[in-house]
Amino acid sequence: MIIGSNAAENHPISFRWITKAKERGGKLISVDPRFTRTSSKADIYAPIRSGTDIAFIGGMINYVISDIEQNPDNYNMEYITQYTNASYILNPDFEFNDGLFGEIEQKTFNGSYTAASKATWKYAGGNSPEADITLKDPSCVFQMLKKHYSRYDADTVCRITGTPKEDFLKVCQAYAETGKKDKAGTICYAMGATQHTYGVQNIRGYSLLQTLLGNMGVAGGGINALRGTSNVQGSTDMALLEHILPGYLDAPIEGDNDIDTYLRRSGKHPSATITPPAGLAADTSANWWQNTRKYIVSLLKTWYGDAATPDNEFGFHWLPKKKPGVNYSHIALIEAIASDIIKGLWIWGQNPAAGGPNANGAREAFAKLDWMVSIDIWENETAIFWKRPGVDPTTIKTEVFMLPAACSYEKEGSIANSGRWAQWRYKAVEPNGEAIADLEIMADLMNRIRKLYQDDTSAPGREGILNLTWDYDPHTITADQIARELNGYDLTTGKLMASFANLKDDGTTTSGNWLYCNSYTEDGNKLKKRDPVDAHPQKIGLHSNWAWCWPVNRRIIYNRAAVDLNGNPYDVEHPVISWDAAGAKWVGDVPDGGWAPINIAESGAKTLPFIMKPEGVARLWGFGNADGPLPEVYEPWESPLENNLMSGQKNNPCAFIGKWMNEQGTPDKYPYVGTTYRCTEHWQTGIMTRSLPWLVELMPDMFAEMDPELAEAKGINNGDNIVVSSARGEVRAVAIVTKRFKPLTVDGKTIHQIGLPFNWGFAGMKSGDSANLLTPHVGDANTTIPEFKTFLCNIRRAN
Amino acid sequence: MSKAILFDLTKCTACRACQVACKQWNQHKAEETSNWGSYENPKELSGETWLKMRFIELERENKFDWLFLRRSCMHCEDASCATVCPVGAIFKTDEGFVHIDQEWCIGCGTCTQACPYNVPHIDHHAGLAMKCSACTSVGYNRLADGKKPACVTTCPTGALEYGDRDELVAKGLAVVDKLKANGKPDAYLYGEKELGGLHVMYVLDDSPSVFGIPENPKTATVDAVSKWLSGLVTAGVLTALPFWMVFKRKQDLASQSGKKGGA
Repeated sequence: MIIGSNAAENHPISFRWITKAKERGGKLISVDPRFTRTSSKADIYAPIRSGTDIAFIGGMINYVISDIEQNPDNYNMEYITQYTNASYILNPDFEFNDGLFGEIEQKTFNGSYTAASKATWKYAGGNSPEADITLKDPSCVFQMLKKHYSRYDADTVCRITGTPKEDFLKVCQAYAETGKKDKAGTICYAMGATQHTYGVQNIRGYSLLQTLLGNMGVAGGGINALRGTSNVQGSTDMALLEHILPGYLDAPIEGDNDIDTYLRRSGKHPSATITPPAGLAADTSANWWQNTRKYIVSLLKTWYGDAATPDNEFGFHWLPKKKPGVNYSHIALIEAIASDIIKGLWIWGQNPAAGGPNANGAREAFAKLDWMVSIDIWENETAIFWKRPGVDPTTIKTEVFMLPAACSYEKEGSIANSGRWAQWRYKAVEPNGEAIADLEIMADLMNRIRKLYQDDTSAPGREGILNLTWDYDPHTITADQIARELNGYDLTTGKLMASFANLKDDGTTTSGNWLYCNSYTEDGNKLKKRDPVDAHPQKIGLHSNWAWCWPVNRRIIYNRAAVDLNGNPYDVEHPVISWDAAGAKWVGDVPDGGWAPINIAESGAKTLPFIMKPEGVARLWGFGNADGPLPEVYEPWESPLENNLMSGQKNNPCAFIGKWMNEQGTPDKYPYVGTTYRCTEHWQTGIMTRSLPWLVELMPDMFAEMDPELAEAKGINNGDNIVVSSARGEVRAVAIVTKRFKPLTVDGKTIHQIGLPFNWGFAGMKSGDSANLLTPHVGDANTTIPEFKTFLCNIRRAN
Repeated sequence: MSKAILFDLTKCTACRACQVACKQWNQHKAEETSNWGSYENPKELSGETWLKMRFIELERENKFDWLFLRRSCMHCEDASCATVCPVGAIFKTDEGFVHIDQEWCIGCGTCTQACPYNVPHIDHHAGLAMKCSACTSVGYNRLADGKKPACVTTCPTGALEYGDRDELVAKGLAVVDKLKANGKPDAYLYGEKELGGLHVMYVLDDSPSVFGIPENPKTATVDAVSKWLSGLVTAGVLTALPFWMVFKRKQDLASQSGKKGGA
């Protein structure tokens, strides 16, 4: 099922494998507001009003739960009862009231559930929960889930989503088939799912569905994020984000006075382990995150070397700490620039003046900066915001520096794909002109910064900067050097670490990213492996000797959920792993922990499969998100409806609502649902493609797509020049009038949707208006990813 | 050995990597285009555009669909263009692909009139007829190097395949059988028999007319040439060209077995 993704257009290579699956009898479902090139290849297409994914998936969950009760033989009940928290008893104080999961307190940019409310989302027994393995107890997760999603009947769902009921039920029936023990279904999603004020809960919805269907950890299952750009996985692994350190360790915040406090606060302390309740066949939760101390100490040893000692908490205090409650994400940064909090800005391989939400707001905010540095392979809209059309450059005081960077073919390094495969990439050609590789820029830059700190004895944070192990020369730094440091060393032997299982918390090991420990061992750089032969005994397509996959080259994580309690694969034809009783070992993929199967292991070692969760089981009910334990329907910040048809709470109460130039549109002025996306022919804001004539030839102009009924009502013909407007801006575009969009009936009303690619901007060889002039400055409750995908707009013919 | 390209419409996502690969390999310039209310561009084949994808929106049995069709030379076994070319500049390669020899082409445009698929176009800069050569052009011959045509190599989904024609016919027919068994009764392998057998074949999930492809294409006859020639004579152009030479060449070629290498 491809939902919130247009894989054929935006990840064309991924379609090679989807096509192969179809050749072998696989069925493809496409759920999208618009009939896309992906939909054209689907067996079932279901249209959906943009921003109503939770209703759609909630309806599917409701369908599956009813079917589980009526036809349990069609589902993997052992998986549901033994490998998920379906049977866990929840806190009796939990209340769900008219769209809210407790009490909200209002903060500067968002609402937040009170700590007391959040406490009610947990298990009744805290870290020692009880369970009803029959799933009958009204307070158990399964029953609470059923109660919550019983409201999501097909009629209500389709009234919200606008999906024809027949299409919705076709999707439910086809996808529920994957609940059988020997069947698998996968969900591919992308920014169509994430870029909403409840984007994380959209994904949680997929996770609940996949868990109920026993599709996690199995061959052909899982939830597959098709990333926005080719190395997003790698950049996330390496923590190119504000909330994490490399390897998904939490970013420290003020108040984390030592490593122990940090671990307890972030839930990565051994005391966070939740013991398996009586009634489950297993008796142990590995709670892998309890090893975090080893990983953070090894990371600090990488960064601070000999200066990191047990006495100074290995330099933990030198790490910058976030202020609690302050948002450091993209939208919040623009707000901070607009509020004169941030005066200088590095933009490295990004183009917020065209790619960020509410581009007018961002462009105006940049004028408040004292300086800006743009590092890119092209001169992009952000770098020349000061001379954009309609602006007098003499009125802008910001000093802008441009550093030309080498492109991916002009430098060596690694790239990690959505399947967590890290592959080595070689340099093909020398960079153009003065451009140099990012690593060289970074090395040079940091050397100069260190010199400044060296000279200024009163500089704040001086110790942390000067104690860094930074022995890089910009002329000699190599990606190979970095890859070794990411893997890490045993400081007692000087040899590269073989696995993160051997990392220590006493300062005798280093690892720049514990998840990449094992990627570069004394045997060499495994990212360079290129053996296409599938070494799996049943050749299920793992290709484990092609590149390297974190963790420890395990190709399918949570693969212990692919076998029954005795270690026999549920899907005999496609076994990920299986227990070889004679040899007392696992065969197949690298198992997610080498412990014997639950029924075979001795007491105290019967280990649950979902090792990254404190309770060792998959969460059908979670308590890690800001906006509630279950996905619940809310309307987008700008909705064509007056009310949320599911409850009295119209919007996600925890969504981030920007204040800078962020007027909210209303349906009386802006009656249509706008959504943005990319086309195959251009890349992101188009800065890499709009200067390439062959690609411009294919897709020359900014366009907007709409259904023929709306076009007729507005007197717009196919190919006309039109203006699309929102409360925040206007965009000129060529109209594509197409039946690929069709009007949807939502709560008895006709809703028209308008689609715009965000591939244009005023820079480059072929320019055009940026769709992001229209999008709002609001973001998801958990990640603050902008709500690019749904907003209100209007259209008219251009004069 | 008779070779062919098989295009499977059911696997094509219209990513158009083939369109770009064609331009890149043959070093063709980009055309200046504008959005005309469609994803499709350039609008038509030309001397600089030898391959383009068509985007077809249609409703079949009340179900909307969006289909993508390759538009390029079909490389007919009975090639009208070769038949009507007055100077014998159009010949077939060993693989069975139809090639316009730019050294001999006089830019008369007869082939552009004769082609049942309207494929060859007069290039406005060179003034010569041009079209896809299945990557056998002089200096750009991939097949001679043991490579596949650029479009096939770049296709991510496997919608394009290159190989022995016999094998691809069998493969195409198998896909068609499967389609027929799965609710597409009019699925068809276009090019298996048309015009003596095409060297570019299409797996279609419907009858050719749905896509605007001629159902019973006919080979053009030399009549077209004589008409064209008489027109030229009338216009007095004939005297300007060394036609004794080109007619001689045509005769020479006819006396041979028609064998001519691609490079």
